Order: sequence, then structure tokens, then C-alpha cells
Amino acid sequence: MYRISRPSLVILLVMAIGLALYPFVGESYYIRLMTKIMALGIFAMSLDLLIGFTGLISLGHAAFFGVASYVVAWYIVKAGVTNALFMLPTAVAVSGLCALVIGWLSIRTSGIYFIMITLAFAQMLHAFFKDQSYWGGTDGFNFYTKPNLAIGDTVLLDLGNKVTLYYVTFALMVATFVFLAVLLHSPFGRAIQGVKVNEGRMRAMGYNVRNLKLMSFVIAGMLAGVAGFIEATRTAYVNPEMMSWHASGNVMVMVILGGMGTLYGPILGALALTLLGDNISSLWDHWLLIMGAFVIAVVMFLPEGIAGLIEGVTQKFGKKPPPKEETEP
Amino acid sequence: MSDIILETQNLSRHFGALMAVDDVTLQFERSLVYAVLGPNGAGKTTLINLLSGEIMPSGGSIRFKDQDITNLPANAVSQLGIGRSFQKTNIFPNFTCFENCRLAAQSRMKGSFSFFKPALSYRQINQQAERALEMCGLSMRCHTLAQAMSYGEQRQLEIGMMLATGPELLLLDEPLAGMGADESLKVIELLRRLAKEHTLILIEHDMDAVFAVADRLAVMVNGRLLETGTVAEVRASKAVQEAYLGAEDEH
Repeated sequence: MYRISRPSLVILLVMAIGLALYPFVGESYYIRLMTKIMALGIFAMSLDLLIGFTGLISLGHAAFFGVASYVVAWYIVKAGVTNALFMLPTAVAVSGLCALVIGWLSIRTSGIYFIMITLAFAQMLHAFFKDQSYWGGTDGFNFYTKPNLAIGDTVLLDLGNKVTLYYVTFALMVATFVFLAVLLHSPFGRAIQGVKVNEGRMRAMGYNVRNLKLMSFVIAGMLAGVAGFIEATRTAYVNPEMMSWHASGNVMVMVILGGMGTLYGPILGALALTLLGDNISSLWDHWLLIMGAFVIAVVMFLPEGIAGLIEGVTQKFGKKPPPKEETEP
Repeated sequence: MSDIILETQNLSRHFGALMAVDDVTLQFERSLVYAVLGPNGAGKTTLINLLSGEIMPSGGSIRFKDQDITNLPANAVSQLGIGRSFQKTNIFPNFTCFENCRLAAQSRMKGSFSFFKPALSYRQINQQAERALEMCGLSMRCHTLAQAMSYGEQRQLEIGMMLATGPELLLLDEPLAGMGADESLKVIELLRRLAKEHTLILIEHDMDAVFAVADRLAVMVNGRLLETGTVAEVRASKAVQEAYLGAEDEH
């Protein structure tokens, strides 16, 4: 059962305060980079709902992220609408709809077949956007106006402003975390965690396992859509590679690196992977080698990811470690 | 025929050329205890799997309380009030005992799930889970992780989880398998108590237990139903003595 230990909750709060204050001290470049990291954090958390809590290993999660980005681009380039009040709900709804269709077909399979079929669907979407000149083809779209949040003619939030976007992203990330934490304690959340541990028994006890998986898949797809909306807004650029299997693999590495089934771990995974890439990519042409070695090292020495390390350390130094038998992992 | 709770008509299931269950026609009367006997490989577990919807039959039909359940999946069968326990312990090892039973009880939640209300705030479901833990004798182990318990206790939990769904008809696949003598006695006592309000169909190799609780016996050999009847009738049956004891001799 999902449960955050008190020490890690304290660490999370400190991190949240740090993030809230960062724009006062951070350079412009890093404010943008942190916005990217937080968007990827939402993306990775949404995948953690599938991998870490439902036991669905999706290798096509970038499809939903990418589709939402294209919704943003479509609104601005094709429809001339810049109001996020329309954009965000549509982006999330379209991602959710795609997840419903892909999920409905995919969850009939399991194990390696599920991995392959989600991958195949994402590649199909990737190919679709790449081939259609209406959707910008290989180049995608560059757009010069950025979304804003307006009611009537009054602009409430200009998302073109990097500090504003930073805080909007921060708020969405915290909201996503709280939403998922609450969800995991609800009857639905308990049920999907049961599905992950023992699907057969869940069925024998009367649960419609397929429905549970589908609901989880759609929720995860919608949250990936939120992340896609932010990323498109941040870069004002979309292209088909956002939903390629590289992107899906990348977010999976973030989840594994950060710690599956910990919810906050994937945010740390996004942070570690992005910062590392940002720092070493300019040093050496073959920086991906270092990246690969780093990922292998973490997986070998920290099988439970960065969050697992934190949990381990806090438990060791915690004043009253609860007796092992009584705790839920 | 309202006192027949479950019946099978020419029920068959083959795996390739193997007839695991071959043309079995059986009737189960309400509130009796049935024991399905037979040597290993006789098709007992396959029969239970067919009745619980775990696997689909190759032929024949199953009726539960005047409803055809032949092609219903396991979750739908469970929702109708047929509970089952497994021969191989089939629990949620990294959940507490209570959560194992609570999750079972939660499957009976009316209407759709809530996404935001904490699962632990549903008092009726908690009570149902606690009652199930009490019945299977694990109240003391409420907050223990299932994997931290002894094998026998896990077997008890297996039964507790089935009870938490509030079934009318219980399918028990070797409830005593691998249990110590003390634990066995406790479970036999539990089966007796359950027999007062439920219909039981159990597979069991422990003959003392079978004779202690069963009202009717059904003997299977090579997927076929050899004999059914009261304990005395089956004991007296020549066919059973030959087939069953003959099979034993081969060991």
C-alpha cells in the first residue's frame, strides 16, 4: 500500500519550499530548465501510476504527452486561439480519449505483449503526425504567440512569461502529486494496487480487473496530457519526436531511476536525468555513454531508485523506526 | 427444485487431448457440505476452476440458483455469491492481513468507486473485513504483513479473504493443505461453523477432515464422476474401492 513516511514528507516539504522560492534567486536559463523538469516530473508521475501502482508497463506513454502538445500547437497555429482556458481542458480530454482507445485495446494483453502493443500504438501516432503536412510533418510547428489564461479580455496569467509559467507548472505538479496520493488511498487506488500484486486473486474476489486497468490507463494518459501542455507552452515548439519511442523510454528511465511506486521518486528521476544531461552534453560529444553508465549504476546499486535510497537513509536515522512487521511498504 | 443451489450438466473441459473433466453431471443441494475426492490428476481442481469461472468449459453447462453461469468470468461468478479459496496460497503478500480482507470486502461496494474518499473511511467494509478476520482466527494478526505470517496462517487468511466477500456458496480447494495438526483442527472447526449457514464444496485429501464435515461425497477418477452419495453409500461402493484404492496402490 502506498504510504509516505514522515521523514520523506519533511524532505518533500523542504523541496517544495525550495522550488517555490527558486525564481527569486535562479538565473533565467535555470528557471526555464526547472520548468521543464517539473513538467517531466508530472509526466513521470503519471507513468508511475501505471508502472509502479497498476503493474502496467507502458512503453508508449509519450503518445499522450505528444498529442496534448499538438493540441496546443493546433489551437495557436490553426485556430488562432491562445486562451489556455480552452487549451488545457481540450489537451487533457484528447489525451484521455487517445488513452481510452489505446488502453481499451491494449489491456487485453499482458506482460511483454502489453509493452509491445503500447509501443506500437505510440509509433503509429508518431508516424501519423510525421506524415501529415497538415500537422507540420517532420518539422512540427514553431509558434510565436504563447498561451495565456484570460477571461474575456482580461489576461490573468501570461504563460509567455517564464516566471509565471514556472509557478503554474509548480502548482500543477503539486496538484498532480496530491491528486495521485489521494487517489491511491481511495478504494479505486487500493484496488489498482491489488491488481499490481495479484491480478488473478482480484478477479476471483469479484473485481473487474480490465475496467480498473483501463481507468488507471486513462487517468495516467490525461496527466501526461497536462505535462505535454506545459512543455509545448514552454518551448513554443512541437514535433513528432515528442511521441517517439525515445521519449517513452526516457520517461520510463526517469520512473525507474527515481523509484517506481513512490510517486515523488519519478520527479527526482526527472531532475537527475535532465540536470545530468544538461551538464554533460556540452562537455563531450558521446555524453550519452556517461548517461547510460549512470543509469546502469543506479539500477544495479539502487534497485529501488533514488527514492529508495532516501527512504532507507531516513529510516536508519529516524528516531523511532516502526517494527518491521507493522509497516506497510 | 429450489433447494438445488448449483448444478452441472455434462460439464467437460479438455486440455489438448487430456479430458481433465469429462461429462460431469452433478447437483448440489443448498446448505449441505460436499467433498470432492479422487486421486491426484482426477480433475478436482479443474472442476472447481470451472465452477468458479476461472476457466471456461469445453462443453456442458453450469447453473447457479436458476441462472446459467456457464460462460461468466470469475469476477462475475464471485459477484453472484460464489466464493473460492485456492490450493496454492493466493494472497497479497505485501499487504497487511486486514488489507487483504478489506480489499476482498471492498469488492462488494455498492455503486461505483469513489476516487477521493479514503478507503479506510468506509465503516461497513472495515467491519466486514474484521468479521472475516475474526472468523478465520486472525484478529490478532490484523496489522501483520501477510508475508510475515506462517504458512498455516496464510492458509487461514486465504479462507478469511473468501469469507470477506460474503459468499453463499464456498468452493474450497484443499483448505487444510500443508497445515499443522493444531491449525487443521481450527480450520475443521471453522468449516463446521460455516456449514451452518453456507453450502460448501471442498476438495480435501485429509480423510478425517472429510468425514468430520462432509454430508455428501463425490468421487472423481480420470476426469469422470465415479460415484456420488452420502458418506456411507460411497464407502460401501465397490467401484470406488476398486478405482480409488487401486489408484493408491500404484504409488
